[in-house]
Amino acid sequence: MSTQPILKTVGVTKRFGAIQALTEVNFEVCEGEIMALVGDNGAGKSTLIKGIAGIYAFDEGDVFFQDRKVTINSPRDASQLGIEVVYQDLALADNLDVVANMFLGRERTGPFARLDEASMEKSCVDTLNSLAVTTLRSVRLPVASLSGGQRQSIAVAKAVMWNSKVVILDEPTAALGVAQTRQVLDLVQRLSEKGLAVVMISHNLHDIFEVADRIAVLRLGQMVNVFERKNSSQQDIVHAMTAGRLKSVPGMAVE
Amino acid sequence: MATQTNNDNSSTSALLASQRQTTTGEYLQNLFKQLRTGNLGVIPILFGWVIIALIFQTQAPAFLTAFNLTNLIVQMAGVAMIAYGIVFILLLGEIDLSVSYVSAVAGVLLAMGMLPPFNVPWFIMLPLALVASTLIGLLHGVIITTFQLPSFVVTLAGFLAWSGVVLILIGGAGTVVIQESAITSITRTFLSDEVGWVVGIIAIVLYAITSILSNRRRQQGGLASKPMPIIWGEIVLVALATIGFVIFCNSGRGMPLVTVYLIVFLIGLTYVAQNTKFGRYVYAVGGNKEAARRAGIRVERIRVYVFMLAGFMAGVGGVILAARLGSVATNAGGGDLLLNAIAAAVIGGTSLFGGRGKVYSALLGALIVMTIDNGLGLIPNVSAGARSIVTGLVLLAAVIIDAISRRQQQRTGR
Repeated sequence: MSTQPILKTVGVTKRFGAIQALTEVNFEVCEGEIMALVGDNGAGKSTLIKGIAGIYAFDEGDVFFQDRKVTINSPRDASQLGIEVVYQDLALADNLDVVANMFLGRERTGPFARLDEASMEKSCVDTLNSLAVTTLRSVRLPVASLSGGQRQSIAVAKAVMWNSKVVILDEPTAALGVAQTRQVLDLVQRLSEKGLAVVMISHNLHDIFEVADRIAVLRLGQMVNVFERKNSSQQDIVHAMTAGRLKSVPGMAVE
Repeated sequence: MATQTNNDNSSTSALLASQRQTTTGEYLQNLFKQLRTGNLGVIPILFGWVIIALIFQTQAPAFLTAFNLTNLIVQMAGVAMIAYGIVFILLLGEIDLSVSYVSAVAGVLLAMGMLPPFNVPWFIMLPLALVASTLIGLLHGVIITTFQLPSFVVTLAGFLAWSGVVLILIGGAGTVVIQESAITSITRTFLSDEVGWVVGIIAIVLYAITSILSNRRRQQGGLASKPMPIIWGEIVLVALATIGFVIFCNSGRGMPLVTVYLIVFLIGLTYVAQNTKFGRYVYAVGGNKEAARRAGIRVERIRVYVFMLAGFMAGVGGVILAARLGSVATNAGGGDLLLNAIAAAVIGGTSLFGGRGKVYSALLGALIVMTIDNGLGLIPNVSAGARSIVTGLVLLAAVIIDAISRRQQQRTGR
């Protein structure tokens, strides 16, 4: 695990009208590291992620990628840098098969604008193998027929297939049963072993303590603390999430 | 590389196991399993057609004659062309109610343009009419996407407005006659026996070559491919069906020229739908619009293109319908045309809810719809009302079969 952060936000702030969604948040993730991002509802987790993903721009503050200051104005910018987000709803087209979904929007074509199915299928199988996603019967099955864990795996594989460096997972285990959660957590672990930086949003502290290296706690739009997993307990995290010290409480005068 | 890993791990990895070559026996077993689990493909439609044909045969001995069935192909050509476009619209999960009158507009423009005072030659007027119908599709698409309106409402407005345009264009005349033989020959030409054979053989050879080549490419890529005996079996089946069709046509007036047009559009549009990015994006937008958008697909642009395609195909259908009648009357585009075209796509197996369907469903569906039309027309004392009722019931049956087979598929995890 390198200590040099690959992605870093410095003092980012985001307001939606009168609501202060993020206040001077510093956040970072390193190569090969699994960084958990936790916080109660409305803490600003999604706002932070969407800002990094280019869904909207931060009002203030800077984003650094590999020590370079970058401006991310669209999801396309983000994926060009190598930042991929797997949203909770996975954004898979149920009627298309696994290969079509993994290459959606970036299909390879040959002569006569013909889709190069053979080459795409091969890369797809290779990627899934490298991530040890082996429960699929075939990559030509429509996604509709897959289990929740398989879908999550496909969505993650889709995100990492493009030489991405940072993968952000939004609640990857929220809708899954025990065995499927296991599958996905293993997959997350493999991503970091492959040297990717992983940001994992989750409400499930059990899952987080199983895989995360560090845990960043947001509360009311502010970064309360970043814990090393080894040196902290679930109680520490819960305490930080619910009663962490803030520089200022929104709606109250700063003393 | 992939081939190697396949061999190494085929016992440990389920994903890889599916990649190795299947034997003929296994392939047939799989096929049988798919059929049993409700993935019936075109079988219910063909089976349905056989039943319908047998019923008509008992009532009207003229039905199963080469003369009548070649005539049926000419009758269904216009509807099938329009339905080809409808398939793409339905794949998006949209609807286009205007296609019938858009087809009429194309027919009227073509007919009037060739008459005095314009006297435009047919080879200029024909493309112009198709461009016009495509532009109408563009207009609908732009309105739908710009104002984010339901396509149902916008094309309903189009349905009314373009029917008015047809009335105004034709005006007091009531009918515009097409005398240009280059146009009327589109539907009135029947191929001689020899040409019929040549067309049939070309079709068989093309099918065999593409089928073998694409399978070989998959084999070389180390991907799951069909066993060669199956490929040859399929080719033999296609060849037998084609030869039978040619012999049957030749025993009457010969193969209608529109058959060739129907097949050419079928192949071309199937290629677009299955083998190009555009086609893939149409399916993606119909399956999950948000996923398509996040994948960087320009969803609104795809929607506009599809409405243009539907407009173009409506134009093609309109030209064929006008050519068949040799004239365009004020009732052009009216009657059952719209519903027949939509019913054709749906009966053929294209889902109304988007994302599921094939181009060939338009052809098969048009065959069913127009067979009913044709057959009931041969039986004495059958009213137009009865025809509509039967067509309606068949549509209902098709949708129910579709729903049942889909539920079956979901249950079996396919």
